[in-house]
Amino acid sequence: MPKDHGIGASPKRREDIRFLSGTGNYTDDINLRGQAYVHFLRSDVAHGKINGINTEAAAGMPGVLRIFTGADFEGVGSIPCGWQITDKHGQPMQEPAHPVLAQGKVRHVGDPIAAVVAESAAQARDAAEAIELDIEELPAVVNMKAALEEGATKVHDDLTSNLCYDWGFVEENKPAVEEAFQKAAHVTTLELVNNRLVANPMEPRVAVGDFNRASGDSTLYTTSQNPHVIRLLMGAFVLGIPEHKLRVVAPDVGGGFGTKIFHYAEEAFCTFAAKALNRPVKWTSSRSEAFISDAHGRDHVTKIELALDSDNNFIALRTDTMANMGAYLSTFAPSVPTWLHGTLMAGNYKTPLIYVNVKAVFTNTVPVDAYRGAGRPEATYQLERVIDKAARELGVDPIALRRQNFITEFPYATPVAVEYDTGDYHATMDKLEEMADFKGFAKRREASAAKGKLRGLGMNCYIEACGIAPSNLVGQLGARAGLYESATVRVNATGGLVVMTGSHSHGQGHETSFPQVIAEMIGIDESMVEIVHGDTARTPMGMGTYGSRSLAVGGSAMFRATEKIIAKAKKIAAHLMEAADADIELKDGAFSVAGTDKSVAWGDVCLAAYVPHNYPLEEIEPGLEETAFYDPSNFTYPSGAYACEVEVDPETGKVTIERFSAADDFGNVVNPMIVEGQVHGGLAQGIGQALLEGAVYDENGQLLNASYMDYAMPRASDVPFYQVDHSCATPCTHNPLGVKGCGEAGAIGSPPAVVNAVIDALQSAGRDVTHIDMPLSPSRVWQAMHG
Amino acid sequence: MTQVSMTVNGVAASGDVEGRTLLVSFLRDQLELTGTHVGCDTSQCGACVVHVNGEAVKSCTMLALEAEGAEVSTIEGQAAPDGTLNTIQQAFQDHHGLQCGFCTPGMVMSAAALLKENPKPSEAEIRDYLEGNICRCTGYHNIVKAIMAASGQDVSAIAAE
Repeated sequence: MPKDHGIGASPKRREDIRFLSGTGNYTDDINLRGQAYVHFLRSDVAHGKINGINTEAAAGMPGVLRIFTGADFEGVGSIPCGWQITDKHGQPMQEPAHPVLAQGKVRHVGDPIAAVVAESAAQARDAAEAIELDIEELPAVVNMKAALEEGATKVHDDLTSNLCYDWGFVEENKPAVEEAFQKAAHVTTLELVNNRLVANPMEPRVAVGDFNRASGDSTLYTTSQNPHVIRLLMGAFVLGIPEHKLRVVAPDVGGGFGTKIFHYAEEAFCTFAAKALNRPVKWTSSRSEAFISDAHGRDHVTKIELALDSDNNFIALRTDTMANMGAYLSTFAPSVPTWLHGTLMAGNYKTPLIYVNVKAVFTNTVPVDAYRGAGRPEATYQLERVIDKAARELGVDPIALRRQNFITEFPYATPVAVEYDTGDYHATMDKLEEMADFKGFAKRREASAAKGKLRGLGMNCYIEACGIAPSNLVGQLGARAGLYESATVRVNATGGLVVMTGSHSHGQGHETSFPQVIAEMIGIDESMVEIVHGDTARTPMGMGTYGSRSLAVGGSAMFRATEKIIAKAKKIAAHLMEAADADIELKDGAFSVAGTDKSVAWGDVCLAAYVPHNYPLEEIEPGLEETAFYDPSNFTYPSGAYACEVEVDPETGKVTIERFSAADDFGNVVNPMIVEGQVHGGLAQGIGQALLEGAVYDENGQLLNASYMDYAMPRASDVPFYQVDHSCATPCTHNPLGVKGCGEAGAIGSPPAVVNAVIDALQSAGRDVTHIDMPLSPSRVWQAMHG
Repeated sequence: MTQVSMTVNGVAASGDVEGRTLLVSFLRDQLELTGTHVGCDTSQCGACVVHVNGEAVKSCTMLALEAEGAEVSTIEGQAAPDGTLNTIQQAFQDHHGLQCGFCTPGMVMSAAALLKENPKPSEAEIRDYLEGNICRCTGYHNIVKAIMAASGQDVSAIAAE
């Protein structure tokens, strides 16, 4: 019987009631008294010198309150970058300024030039059209290779080149890697593109700034995954507002997928303008604006080489990547192609020698930063593609080749600086073989052939590093933040609990799953636990939700705070029952004295804490509220094996996904329903990357598919029912819940399976196609077949 | 400004709007019915789907003035007065057919329109019908499953929870 409550159960989500009845509270639903509206006039050229901005006519238009330009922000700080990379020569990366509104130059289509604040959104938009811009268009740098050439136009005149950094990892490994390649019996090489994606949470970004003249406090309501991080970055680095005078609220947030981690200029603008105008100022992004102002994801160009010995053991791996940073450094951009990518290049395999080189490049495009998976999908894709290619070249079974090279002993220290604590890659592969019914594939292929379709089967493994991460380690790696999480557990006098967490839920269902953990620890009903998140005024300092960290890090903080609560409650119970602390047991919401029938209920202990008439006041304080900060000692390492079956229409090149199976090891699972939902969503995004999505710039730096008319978001008919399984669980050894994180796995693990399947389909028809770059659109597949 | 009057969720509603005011703006900004969402500006995402005179309509594609005299139904009008969810809403909760909730109002309204014209749609018919509703969270698995369940079909054989 599945559990009906506590850890491992799948209670219905409590947040669903408000979402299903239209009573959610998203940022755009917030309207403050006296609110004005801002419209940003954005650059329509990718690179240009601003010679003049004439706002005279616009300023006189109906409803206009004020027009801001870069000149209004000269005394204001730059939008900061939160991670510094040290290059292979020990030098810091090149870090350009990122003004709130463009100063002197525009550097990508969408760069904000002026901001019109008016009584209504329509009036602000109308007036923005009346602003006269004198912009001298400059040559745009779009292609990364061209950007790195000698004499290339520079995106930032004050930098020495368009190279942000040239990172070598692990630089000391390089000679040994070179040597291994020389000795290799076989080397497989693959050049590939990890296509540029737009995260596209369904809720566009929104910011509402407010200023309280009486208190001098500023408040920002914003669509963020991490309100405390925004408070720190914007307050300390941009606007100079101390944290105690700045409140950041991220209410219901309609999806994030990474792109709502970052601090954006529009947030700083609304906070700044609200004070300047002494009125709340609201910005609601249109989808068209989102395409040219939300940070994009991926955009790597890679050459990967795998060296094998004569027994098909992996002996060395070498990669060379160019990673697009776009025009400015978004909050965590530099970390994505480096520490979140290079450290995962071992994958599930015991390759002893690895060298990763990454050149990060500035271009006249929208900034690129973390998108679901962030670095790990790029690592997984290239590794699992090159292994598949190697298997074909060697004429061996791709599963057998992987199994032969699996890491089987844990903990395992990789040659790329991380230590996997647990895993069982054979187990997830066994599970996958069963779920995906590999044995039945030949028959299904025959059935497809009978319809004139080519059927292909592709699979891959993945590993990811989640729950980022030990603060002292990430500090050494260049993070300008700690990466702990916090929780305050407040027990009320009548026994109910409020848990204030720094994690943020924007679809993950924390309001349902977090109480499952606490209710189980105490033995009370989940309805007695309420989760508060998303408001810096109501929660302790937190680092937010990304990198599949909420349960592993935030949940561990809650666990520790609840342990403190239980320890104190036991002392109170001991006093009430005149027993020793050590003899008190907590079970099913009641404290008892071991070996006796003495018992006191949870609620009575809570009441005693707040009405301390009979209470050990000389020993402990009244009240029952505890805070814990949890700083993990390692990343967590979810892993798994995925399989995809496709049909390719040889007439058109159209690929359809016929089956998708995912066997994941997430360690312990708190709410299987939510976990499976997370995997489903990740799979659709990975399938989207593989078959449909890809931001396309022309040579002038114009984003050609900046709308849902043009950017192919996966629709219901593009995906199948998925088969997912998380029964192969090796619990994380270093966090108290044994959990690993599940939010990104689907997006990380699925693209190579899809591409491997398409290659398999084409090769089955005798086509000598070894690679097609994503997205595998009908035209690309057809061209590859007829190429 | 022109006055527009309509019935929204059974209640008479009116207000002054510009000629260019979209129905979705009228609902959200003037009637404060913020359950209907705006996820795009090209009429693709379907977060704004409402019913106008019983037909599913993208309220970002219709002027408020075009709804003069119409019967409009939004997500806020779907549950019973005591808050009890309707069959489709309940199926979405039962089958985890939503995550961030932003596309959900449009999904529920589209699903209602589908089941009105096709009470027992197949999986393929559901996927096809949702062509104009984009979800970025669920991968559609549980949305399709929820709509099948809401139509009284047995979904126990479909993979996963």
